[in-house]
Amino acid sequence: MSEVTETNIPAGTRREQLAEFWFYFKENRGAVVGLTVFILVVLAATFAPLLSSFSPDVQYRDVLLAPPMTDSAHGHFWLGTDAVGRDMLSRLLFGARYSLFVGVVVVLLALSVGVVLGLLAGWFGGWVDTVIMRVMDVILAFPSLLLALVFVAILGPGLINAMIAIAIVYQPHFARLTRGAVLSERNKDYVMAARVAGAGNMRLMFRTVLPNCLAPLIVQGTLSFSNAILDVAALGFLGLGAQPPTPEWGTMLSEAREFILRAWWVVTFPGLAILITVLAINLMGDGLRDALDPKLKRS
Amino acid sequence: MIRFILGKILWLIPTLVGITIVAFGFVRVLPGDPVLLMAGERGLTPERHAELTHQLGFDRPIWEQYFDFLWKVLHGNLGDSLVTHKPVLNEFLALFPATVELGLCAMVLAVAIGVPVGVMAAIKRGSWFDQATMTTALVGYSMPIFWWGLLLIILFSGILKWTPVSGRISLMYYFPNGSGFMIWDALMSGQKGALTSALSHLILPSVVLATIPLAVIARQTRSAMLEVLGEDYVRTARAKGMPPRRVIGIHALRNAMIPVITTIGLQVGMLMAGAILTETIFSWPGIGKWMVDSISRRDYPSVQGGLLMIAAIVMVVNLIVDLLYGLINPRIRHR
Amino acid sequence: MTIRSMLLAGAAAVLMTAGGAGAKTLVYCSEASPEGFDPAPYTSGTTFDASSHPVYDQLVEFKPGTTEIEPGLAESWDVSEDGLTYTFHLRQGVKFHSVDGFSPTRDFNADDVIFSFDRQGNKDNPYYEYAPGVSYEYYAGMDMPTIIKSIEKVDDYTVKFTLSEPNAPFLADMAMDFASIISKEYADKLAAEDRKADINNVPVGTGPFEFVAYQKDAVIRYKANPDYFKGKAPIDDLIFAITPDPAVRMQKLQAGECQIMPYPAPADLEALKSDPNITVGEQPGLNVAYFAYNTTQKPFDDPKVRKALNMSINKQAIIDAVFQGAGQVAKNPIPPTMWSYNDAIQDDPYDPEAAKKMLDEAGVKDLEMNIWAMPVQRPYMPNARRTAELMQADLAKVGVKANIVSYEWGEYLSKSKDPNRDGAVILGWTGDNGDPDNFLAVLLGCSAAESGANRAFWCDKDFDDLITKARQTSDMAERTKLYEQAQVVFKEQAPWDTIAHSTVFMPMSNKVTGYVMSPLGGHDFYGVDISE
Repeated sequence: MSEVTETNIPAGTRREQLAEFWFYFKENRGAVVGLTVFILVVLAATFAPLLSSFSPDVQYRDVLLAPPMTDSAHGHFWLGTDAVGRDMLSRLLFGARYSLFVGVVVVLLALSVGVVLGLLAGWFGGWVDTVIMRVMDVILAFPSLLLALVFVAILGPGLINAMIAIAIVYQPHFARLTRGAVLSERNKDYVMAARVAGAGNMRLMFRTVLPNCLAPLIVQGTLSFSNAILDVAALGFLGLGAQPPTPEWGTMLSEAREFILRAWWVVTFPGLAILITVLAINLMGDGLRDALDPKLKRS
Repeated sequence: MIRFILGKILWLIPTLVGITIVAFGFVRVLPGDPVLLMAGERGLTPERHAELTHQLGFDRPIWEQYFDFLWKVLHGNLGDSLVTHKPVLNEFLALFPATVELGLCAMVLAVAIGVPVGVMAAIKRGSWFDQATMTTALVGYSMPIFWWGLLLIILFSGILKWTPVSGRISLMYYFPNGSGFMIWDALMSGQKGALTSALSHLILPSVVLATIPLAVIARQTRSAMLEVLGEDYVRTARAKGMPPRRVIGIHALRNAMIPVITTIGLQVGMLMAGAILTETIFSWPGIGKWMVDSISRRDYPSVQGGLLMIAAIVMVVNLIVDLLYGLINPRIRHR
Repeated sequence: MTIRSMLLAGAAAVLMTAGGAGAKTLVYCSEASPEGFDPAPYTSGTTFDASSHPVYDQLVEFKPGTTEIEPGLAESWDVSEDGLTYTFHLRQGVKFHSVDGFSPTRDFNADDVIFSFDRQGNKDNPYYEYAPGVSYEYYAGMDMPTIIKSIEKVDDYTVKFTLSEPNAPFLADMAMDFASIISKEYADKLAAEDRKADINNVPVGTGPFEFVAYQKDAVIRYKANPDYFKGKAPIDDLIFAITPDPAVRMQKLQAGECQIMPYPAPADLEALKSDPNITVGEQPGLNVAYFAYNTTQKPFDDPKVRKALNMSINKQAIIDAVFQGAGQVAKNPIPPTMWSYNDAIQDDPYDPEAAKKMLDEAGVKDLEMNIWAMPVQRPYMPNARRTAELMQADLAKVGVKANIVSYEWGEYLSKSKDPNRDGAVILGWTGDNGDPDNFLAVLLGCSAAESGANRAFWCDKDFDDLITKARQTSDMAERTKLYEQAQVVFKEQAPWDTIAHSTVFMPMSNKVTGYVMSPLGGHDFYGVDISE
């Protein structure tokens, strides 16, 4: 019996599942494009120092606001320079690191807190459930960006604080999803069987029930990943996210605002970078959802 | 039915109390002493500091301040702004019409375009129309709207000079005792050109604010529609030889509307978040910009009053959507 | 029809129907919303631009474009021998504005003057706290409760102020915004109707413009006061279009949606100056940004060390990088537009080599210090953080290791006042009334060293004697001499490194004539005209 509780699906079928998942995923052309772009962004972030010929923080005071494709004594500025003479391309490449970092951290934070709370609420029910879900309701009653703004004001502006704020605002979604899934799984046979076999609450919650709620969590995770990038950029844009001179894309946009009519490149490229990254992740997310959600699979 | 509605409302009360605690609590833990900020470089003597702190009630025990706050809220008093020394509620109400006008306009745009596009895309599933619109929708959904707004300003105000840069109406028009809803006031005033001026100021911010809801509604409508089209009764109706137009019009569309209405309701919260950015970009004198300003000025009462009002409005809208949902779909009511 | 042509058609239609022939409107793209329309409870220039400047008058006023005093609502005044009594002779026949629900039944008189000050100092006055949180910070901040002993009405048109000690800047204080004269009759009427707070919403004054309407965060409208005692303003309507974003303000100015704007973004100056339809006014601001050492702590208690550090900081580099040219290097603690500015003083040269030697001589080795950088942008300092980074690099060249510290703004202000604070603080000051006392005593006097407003905690007897004597003398020439000497003492002792005075720019359409920039930083539109 104990093997059943360990892994309720034999290893062979799991591999088959993965193969099936990949089969459906690659059917979706958009998802494959998204995945490709996303991998490119990850590569760009990883190898940013190799790809760029300039440091993102060095100011070339004689080439302020140079348009794209400018040749100078310092080298070739492919995407021009910003108001204090920093190379746009290098800043964008290094900025990719921040955006990806933000996405990963926010999702991990929100996911882990939300899942634990959701599991507790769903598994124990009663007052635990009431209290947790009430608190989640309260958080969800506020528009997410507004709440994040207030959180950041409390914690002080900065990238880390912006991420924490966004994670706090996102975790109720994970908690709700997990709770719902737990409620529907709790009384199924395999859980009963494990319980009879003497598995403790912790084991039941995390090893037995949780793996079976993963699909919606993964979908919500990708969704949060892209939203986190957008929201942290928005906070940066409002001056409360990453602080200059950090080359975070939203912060770059906020700094570039005053040049909106004079130097289109300092405004256009950071926004475009955000759009492309977020779009790629959302395309992937669509593919994931279609591949994971059996109900919509064949639609 | 009445029991259902009452139950829903009662269910909200603890959440509302939670919201007051959050609004109050947040603001109390904001770092920074508002009294010091008021004085700036000029500074004040310790005695004066103590006197002002006392005058503003910040020296009382926190729970006492909370109950005082709650008591006042129940009497429709959200306190007075530390910056303007005027009642927060008045300030909120003075700016609220601008946000509502912008939000409604954006919502109308989003629904008027999103629903038909979603329906069409579902009917012609897999066609180029479906693919093109759904790709566009995903781009819209991924859009950093603060950047989108800047781009539109560059294009329409900067290069083409079709739309004004900011503001709600040309300064030439002035409506004493107006309702605050510029379109309505412009219409009522009968002044020639007033309406066009108001609309031309409204168009860019509305488009920006509508972008994400439009994308969500189009996608949601499409998938709801697809689901319904696959249901047995629609197939039956088709099999019985009902004309496709009627099948879609009567059966499918009506049933597909249920999840769509929920989505629209959910977008109200999103709209508020979007308003913060949109209003900041377009200097639109509404609630979103006011909240951002109040937070940076450490205007405690304004921040807590604003948080409270916004959360309450979002909740009421969600309640209305819930009730509508119950009306359309009786199964929910008896659960 | 394109949107644009529809707009133009609409605009033309309204111009024909509404204003009538020849109504002149000046639109000012202001930078922020006023906090209210009663100037006394507030301290920000934005609020004064919208309240005291257009709507109100003071007993005495600043002559446009200067920091000198001229008659206002008081036609003349006498100062007693001992400098303790100021008697103001009021102008007769001055009318308050009429607004919705109030028309004045009498002219301006001594009761209004007494009321305007009494409400700020007398806790029993019904207007002392007419709305929750209202307090008179400027009145308190300028030390009025101690300076003014009593105010008496001699007759309907004579008011006597008795001071507790001679105070020469007092006259300049009376020209400040908090000293605006409000109508007692209006206040009484509001009190009787239990809507006292409206004094802050609908102002009634004697000034050149009458308040018409305010649409929160969007537009303020005024019309010219036809009965203004100096004569009706050349323009008929004055409109403030509130536009917080400098780039948008500039765009509106270029599009002709407004005719004049304050605070352009430094980055846009070049574009504005090259626009043939726009003139850019320019003037040094009445401010100073400084770097205050804690002179009570080792090794900063040694003037030689302070001077050496001053010589190691490249101030011109700060002007270039942080002010982007919109500023000038400061050598004195008061700005050059202020009377008694001592131009004979030589600034310490930027000379890292000599500085290093001086530090060695003073026995300073491996010095580690904090640089305090404020977290906000101020009129005198666009970016303290960047300034601190430049200073850090400069100090490293002379072997001083500097750490940059920063706190939330309110906390920064209070923590920097702590005499046990270490290192040096970047801060600044914007003048209130154009009197040197307002800089030298407030920021560098001995009593300020005690309260902490003197961030250097520098109490020098020679300096303090000079400024105290200057405060108690009413003869201008003598005061000037005393302040010039005080600046010499300051430079020798070097409690601060004076960083910069920012430059104020005022872009306006070429059609605007008669606009005079105020060295005090306010924006005043009386006397401005528009040519076609």
